[in-house]
Amino acid sequence: MASLPDTFLAPKTWGQAYLPASGQVCPLPSIKLLLLPMSSIVIIDYGVGNIHSAMKGLKRFASDVVLSEDPAVIRAASALVLPGQGAFEAGMEGLRKRGLIDEVKNAGKSGKPILGICLGAQLLLERGHEFGDWEGLGFMQGEVVRFPALKNEKTPHMGWNSIHTPAAGLRPAGWKGTPLEGLKEGSEMYFIHSYILQPKNPEHVIAETTYGGLTFPSVIGTGNIIGCQFHPEKSGETGLQILKQFVEMAA
Amino acid sequence: MKPRIIARLDIKGPNVVKGIHTEGLRVIGKPSDLARKYYQQGADELVVMDIVASLYGRSPDFDLMRSVADELFIPLTMGGGIQSVQDINNFLRAGADKVAINTYATRHPELISEAVKQFGSQCIVLSVEAKRTGSGPGSGPVRWEAYTDGGREHSGLDAIEWIKKALDLGVGEVLLTSVDFDGTRKGFDMELLAAVAAFAQVPLVIHGGAKDPKSLTQALKDGHADAVCCASILHYDEWTVENLKKGLEADGIPTRHVPSP
Repeated sequence: MASLPDTFLAPKTWGQAYLPASGQVCPLPSIKLLLLPMSSIVIIDYGVGNIHSAMKGLKRFASDVVLSEDPAVIRAASALVLPGQGAFEAGMEGLRKRGLIDEVKNAGKSGKPILGICLGAQLLLERGHEFGDWEGLGFMQGEVVRFPALKNEKTPHMGWNSIHTPAAGLRPAGWKGTPLEGLKEGSEMYFIHSYILQPKNPEHVIAETTYGGLTFPSVIGTGNIIGCQFHPEKSGETGLQILKQFVEMAA
Repeated sequence: MKPRIIARLDIKGPNVVKGIHTEGLRVIGKPSDLARKYYQQGADELVVMDIVASLYGRSPDFDLMRSVADELFIPLTMGGGIQSVQDINNFLRAGADKVAINTYATRHPELISEAVKQFGSQCIVLSVEAKRTGSGPGSGPVRWEAYTDGGREHSGLDAIEWIKKALDLGVGEVLLTSVDFDGTRKGFDMELLAAVAAFAQVPLVIHGGAKDPKSLTQALKDGHADAVCCASILHYDEWTVENLKKGLEADGIPTRHVPSP
């Protein structure tokens, strides 16, 4: 063990699949290549919210799912999931502290599929206005704003609501080619949020949802980047379908 | 939005337990088994509470909590013994989407604001165990006291005033339990529900007393609850979530349909 080069040792945040059982490390350097998670899906661990369900949901469809805050592991991933629940500021600060902001930005620019969930979706935009004014990852122009006061409904928007292709008609192909492909119009998803996604470009709206008379984007995306305001990993078997198709995109 | 039908598991040691008025606990079964059962029945959410953690001043069994989370792909609220932001993080890591705070916060309300700042208000649920007080003849209008430690201890706080304060501090949901009606299967405490629904601007979950679909309809329609939380009627197989939803649909309340596998 002691004679192995440092680089041989897997970071502790790697998934079990890559960690050899204690005492079984093969000393042959060529094995190193086999241990590299070349096609792994990395759930970014940045200290906010529940990653358990996302992990469990993705593992249904992909064998190589790891949770990591290690920039090297994130760089080697074939796809990234930015989970999260909580405040915008805490989210960006969680990424910054771990030196991950540029990692995620670069991954997105390089064409790697990125799925943002809830807070993770909000961080994909340029700015957030929760407890102040904060810079986001900026994959899409636009900002995250508080739910305007609704006449007959409460905020947070918490519970099951349906998703629809945008009424504006800017998506003639519907959800084809996105992880939502094949889902029924009006599929029910679990939402829990007080802030909403406001991308500047209406073409970045993949699905929308209506609550208290307000219609807002519930899925946004551009190219390899997609963000769901709801929790696909909490939306029963219907939501898992989105994770399945994201995994297939990443393969 | 469609109302949520929530199944609740009260945990003591390795078991799901259930009592009446939070007393006389009986063992119902294994948490992960019951979680799976209610997920498959179409529950919209699950609440899992370690009901003795505060009383014994200890942390819940996070492995057990995780075993419950493993069974579900629906939202999960967990609670029991929360005293710090770190405790909340532990619950979230065990698979919770929301955490319910009660005992500690009644003495240290600043925990609520800290938690809201860190995790967002939608993550922080105020669990209130309200017990009637002074509702006897000649004692004036009905009032409720907020109880703690799994419905066993007095906090000295007026439940309604406490909820108002917690809302000001930013809680994103109120899980309102009637200690008087808990486990009785005689319908919800509609007076309590009305007293809170009158001002609550966040989702309100009523718990304690679920009897049948009619009682749920009453709470959702007349009582303006956003969700109903059921335990005994599910544990003792009097109703399934599916049948409760059928009853609600018959009363004109739409529910979430669970696609058949």
